[in-house]
Amino acid sequence: MATSRQFSVQVEVLLRDGIADPQGATIERALPALGLDGVTAVRAGKSFRFDLAAADDADALAQATVVADRLLANPVIEESVVTVRPADTAA
Amino acid sequence: MPPRVGVVLFPGTNCEHDAVHALGSLGGDAELVWHGSTSLGAYDALVLPGGFAHGDYLRPGAIARFSPVMESVSAYAASGGPVVGICNGFQVLTEAGLLPGALQKNRGLRFVCTTVRVRVERDDTALTDGVTIGTELSIPINHFEGNYTCDAATLAELRAEGRVVLRYVDNPNGSIDDIAGVCNSGRNVVGLMPHPERASDPLLGSEDGAVLLTALLRTAGAALPAA
Repeated sequence: MATSRQFSVQVEVLLRDGIADPQGATIERALPALGLDGVTAVRAGKSFRFDLAAADDADALAQATVVADRLLANPVIEESVVTVRPADTAA
Repeated sequence: MPPRVGVVLFPGTNCEHDAVHALGSLGGDAELVWHGSTSLGAYDALVLPGGFAHGDYLRPGAIARFSPVMESVSAYAASGGPVVGICNGFQVLTEAGLLPGALQKNRGLRFVCTTVRVRVERDDTALTDGVTIGTELSIPINHFEGNYTCDAATLAELRAEGRVVLRYVDNPNGSIDDIAGVCNSGRNVVGLMPHPERASDPLLGSEDGAVLLTALLRTAGAALPAA
């Protein structure tokens, strides 16, 4: 088996367009109280981060996508954005 | 012999004893089934009761789908066995892919705890077998994520195949097409947000839920070999 590398994954889950986002709407309605009345299109979602061992970038993305599609998001009402980066590349 | 009903208990389920009691008082022989079970006894029907399985973490039903018992539940459903999911149990069944659609947060972001009227739309499902279409029942709801939704194609399919089992008379949560309960194409798997077990005794203020649970026991009994 090829040596595996460590990857850092971030998955952002948001409700699909057309699915009511009462939390986002409620936050948006609260903002004028801060004196900010130009904020629109507020959407509330979830963010997940985890580490992953994979053979390469493509493998890491494939595995992370399984996690996102099969567990973290319900595709009926949610969409997910998966971001994968090697954990061993120092910033 | 009374029909045997397994009531699946996940960590965080909280309506299991109500379900067992109601089914028992209506002539069923109900018992709890722990979610860690990898095999099921010889049941004539299964009920996934309400509550907060696995704390509702991530999404209601999202983790419960991976409980060991769910493989057996899926196999039981695939073999035609009657399976009913109530409230959180409905959410589990949608997450498990045994029923279409999803339950999103209620319209207006309100937790709703009240008695609603629902109309029986079908008389040929595991939960409504023999119940007169159009019958209106008063049954409590108690949920935050009970707003049924699905894509347009799925909704068209549900309508065309007569798989909307129950509709709210006065939509309390924003559910698409006033849907309170749906079934699978085999009509043996039914999910509903209202709690029939909480309306199954005069002491509880309504016995209307007994109409549904009795129909389930009838379905379960019909699956029994002739005595």
